[in-house]
Amino acid sequence: MEAGTLVEWRKQTGELLHRGDIIADVETQKGLIEIEVFEEGTLEKLLVKEGEKVPVGTVLALINDGKAEVSESTIPAEEVPKQEIHPIEDRVETPHEKIEEGERIKISPLARKIAEANQVDISLLKGTGPEGSIVKKDVEEAISEGEKPTQEPVKKPDETKEISAKPATANANAMRMAVAAAMSKSNREIPHYYLEKRMDMSKAMDWVKEANKERPIQKRLLPVALLIKAVAKALDEVPDLNATWENGLQRKNEINIGFVVSLRSGGIVVPAILQTDSKTVDEIMETINDLIPRARAFKLRSSELSQSTFTITSIGEGGADKVFGLIYPPQVGIVGFGEISEQPFAEDGMLGIRPVVDVTLAADHRATDGLIGSRFLAALNRYLQNPEEL
Amino acid sequence: MTEEEIKKTVFQLLQRIAPETDPSRLMPEENIREALNIDSFDALQFIVSISEKLNVDIPEEDYGKTSNLKSLLAYLEKKVKK
Repeated sequence: MEAGTLVEWRKQTGELLHRGDIIADVETQKGLIEIEVFEEGTLEKLLVKEGEKVPVGTVLALINDGKAEVSESTIPAEEVPKQEIHPIEDRVETPHEKIEEGERIKISPLARKIAEANQVDISLLKGTGPEGSIVKKDVEEAISEGEKPTQEPVKKPDETKEISAKPATANANAMRMAVAAAMSKSNREIPHYYLEKRMDMSKAMDWVKEANKERPIQKRLLPVALLIKAVAKALDEVPDLNATWENGLQRKNEINIGFVVSLRSGGIVVPAILQTDSKTVDEIMETINDLIPRARAFKLRSSELSQSTFTITSIGEGGADKVFGLIYPPQVGIVGFGEISEQPFAEDGMLGIRPVVDVTLAADHRATDGLIGSRFLAALNRYLQNPEEL
Repeated sequence: MTEEEIKKTVFQLLQRIAPETDPSRLMPEENIREALNIDSFDALQFIVSISEKLNVDIPEEDYGKTSNLKSLLAYLEKKVKK
């Protein structure tokens, strides 16, 4: 992710802020996200105007925690969106905003001069010089490529008839661009490999059916809750897939499964089910019941959008048989569930009609090889054949 | 509750889930989910909301009877009268 647009300030200067308050809405390549505050204090100053697009890492506002005399130059800048809207590889700087120490971009004086003369945003460049510093060649290449990543075409508002639908249309356009940016990066940078396994769902479906008999209608489970739990268990066994690729494989301690939610207006949002492995199937279902409507209403919190460590996409009833996903960078895997449907299925020399699901795994070949991916699918299948253990 | 009222409630709830559609234009035997592009999650939400609104229980084995307007309305009328 390279930049975000400040859509709306939810708080005004002088307001008292508490931990967890939503201070602003920012439109990013991950969709519209709510920026949370992680400290108590008074909102001292808003540094970015509504509608302004700024690079990741830009200080958005100053918060006075009451511990120091406030003046604009000495205040410890609370970099509100920092944890939320920049991935590790992006280290950025803007000349107008304060940036925390250690985040300065390494660039040679000559390269900086050329960049400034050609209005190249150096925060978007990857340096190839010593210690990753940006050199003349990097800037020249960016100029010749026309700064592809920043040139997001502004979509024409062709649905102007529906005035009441204007915010939704704006969101949908931003969403389209966000999906486009993330998926282009994925396809450009990640060498995907694909595996597929057909899994017998009779036991899992019977388990869900039995479970639902005991539950009031509001608490009933969808099969996908069980699938999510099984994926979390399988990831626990094959931790190399619960990871990111950032200068090498970085395993993650928590299993936070991102769940693809499609929107009626087009586009997708991928909220994370935090600590999926420690949740029961019922708790996962509750989380989905909470997340999906909020995802569709663009009411997700930044933490829910930024912390997934693996992704699931599920087609659901009445859809395609198989789905081959694109990995959401910097993650290293995505599992796709097709529609659960009745199919001829052979086992122990007998042929029967059973509910089956075609499960695919797309994984990053820089991070893992087919053997790991295959082990993951085998583990997933084993859990789905023993749903009572989930 | 009359047949007309049940129908009205069903349309209202369907429209809440699929706001850009016009459920009253559904054909009696058309598959509701396909016609209005409703996914598994929203289908469950629809069943939850209709059961709350009409105060009827819809067990999972009866979900099949909710697939088109004709069978859904017949099913709900029977349930409401009970």
